[in-house]
Amino acid sequence: MTPLLIAQIVLTLFVFVALLSSAAGMVYFERKIAAFLQQRVGPTLVGPRGLLQPLADVIKLMFKEELRPRAADWFLFSLAPIISATAAFAAFAVVPFGADTTLFGLLGTPLRLQVADVNVAVLVIFAIASMSVYGIVLAGWSSNSKYSLLGGLRSSAQMISYELSYGLALASVLLLGNSLSLNEIVRAQSGAWFGFIPRWFVFLQPVGFLVYMTAGIAETNRAPFDFPEAEQELVAGYHTEYSSMSFAMFFLAEYINMVTVSAVATNLYLGGWSGPFSDSIGWVWFLLKVGAILFFYVWMRWTLPRYRYDQLMAFGWKVLLPVSVLNLIVTAAGVLAFGV
Amino acid sequence: MPSLNDYLLLSGILFSIGTAGVFVRRNLITILLSVEIMLNAVNLSFVAFGRSLGTADGQIIVFFVMTVAAAEAAVGLAIVIALFRHRESLNPDTFTTLKW
Amino acid sequence: MTLFYFFGAVAVIASLLVIAQRNPIYSVLLLIASFGALSGLYVLLDAPFVAVIQIIIYAGAIMVLFLFVVMLLNAPQEETDFDARVHPLLRPAAMRLGAVLAIVLVVELMWSLTRITASGSFPSGAVISVATIGRRLFTDYAFAFEVTSVLILVAMVGAVVMAKQDTARGGK
Repeated sequence: MTPLLIAQIVLTLFVFVALLSSAAGMVYFERKIAAFLQQRVGPTLVGPRGLLQPLADVIKLMFKEELRPRAADWFLFSLAPIISATAAFAAFAVVPFGADTTLFGLLGTPLRLQVADVNVAVLVIFAIASMSVYGIVLAGWSSNSKYSLLGGLRSSAQMISYELSYGLALASVLLLGNSLSLNEIVRAQSGAWFGFIPRWFVFLQPVGFLVYMTAGIAETNRAPFDFPEAEQELVAGYHTEYSSMSFAMFFLAEYINMVTVSAVATNLYLGGWSGPFSDSIGWVWFLLKVGAILFFYVWMRWTLPRYRYDQLMAFGWKVLLPVSVLNLIVTAAGVLAFGV
Repeated sequence: MPSLNDYLLLSGILFSIGTAGVFVRRNLITILLSVEIMLNAVNLSFVAFGRSLGTADGQIIVFFVMTVAAAEAAVGLAIVIALFRHRESLNPDTFTTLKW
Repeated sequence: MTLFYFFGAVAVIASLLVIAQRNPIYSVLLLIASFGALSGLYVLLDAPFVAVIQIIIYAGAIMVLFLFVVMLLNAPQEETDFDARVHPLLRPAAMRLGAVLAIVLVVELMWSLTRITASGSFPSGAVISVATIGRRLFTDYAFAFEVTSVLILVAMVGAVVMAKQDTARGGK
């Protein structure tokens, strides 16, 4: 057990715990930001300034009765939230969140701040996003209720439609970054033009960034693309029949998917952990950038009205897909002409 | 370390399982799934051979096989849907007469 | 080596269960498990690109399509004109022949594989990078690539046309 191996195990556990707490933190921030956007104060009763509100929510969810409809297929019914939650955690395993660190000289070889360093990281994220569709479609089917089935099928159809634009936006970044490894792409964004504009890909690919963020919001089933969860139309869509911890797992999976999409967007477009001062506090810049994108997510949810399902699908296929294809062509032409 | 023989043996076993599925099962969707098993077995042997020769050709052919399998699955399932709409059954034995 | 046995066992057992299951939803899910095991085998064969696109294309797209069709058709279990518990070799004529052919195929494959002379282990070589594959796809195999794209377009149009309900002409 070399010190590096111990450090890697500790890092894995740390990432797991950090993701769980980030989901809890997101619950609090969402309610607070929603409140401020709606000119009210939000949760203030539990703990100082309402900071222990997520704890109260978790305890409430744990003590609810775990219901299971008698006509439901119990194996698939229990499996669906597990698939959702597992895919959400697994996607973050290949996302680097800081520069290589030696922990102030304690380790001989530097520790890469990434749970699994694969050299096809971008494709792995895409693959796990494809697998997370199954959690939703199985939840809809196994509940054996018409709202769940419709919600599940609509939600999964939406996710696989927006995966195309997602992939094409990723492909445009790959042309610039010249590698499938997220570490290499972040390293390609170091430095600055004219000394002060950082070499982030968002400046080279503004349309691509917008496409990626839109597709990311649709992939995570967040507003304004959350028709499958719309209370007025479908009761609660695919998670109608779930209660207590199974519902909490879906909830958790949604927030962690948001965090993963934001983290990948930061790495691909906003330069990852690069920032002024030294690289060893790069993770601070990473956190700030991810936080900014998450704030943008919450802002979108509580500002924009919801898309209707046919408008949603029409937008995905007739607007976003051609735009992302054009973006890819223009990027390829640019790389050929300017040799970036 | 597994040798080429091990991979080919595994590929042969999977191919036979797929073939058995096509011959024995009486449900159109399961037959299509068995065809997918056969295609995957073939993919495995392609990649194994490509690795033993050291070229990228095995992986490129697998790329094309996967694409063709996707197209075939889509068209096959569309046909299954059209057939089901007429006869409300997925049993291939109900489609043995030429007249509707 | 143990990883090879593990993935191989999962692939074989999952495939056997696919063709043995009554419920088509379980068949699709077991096939996804089998594809996952195959993806692991591709990683062992130093082919990470194929491993990942196996998950993306097969497990992530084709199987979702199967699952959608099974759910939308509400596919009934197989009603057959024989007792399903009877062994395949004792069933009516077509299935008897099919089962016999399957057994013949298995025996022949196993026999031919035992007759191969030693092939040894794989030559040690670098992992073939995605860049190499991409370059070969666009130079040596460019024609096949373009034809494949036309094939996918044809399949898409064909699938939409065939599965569409002909309500305009009264369903005929």
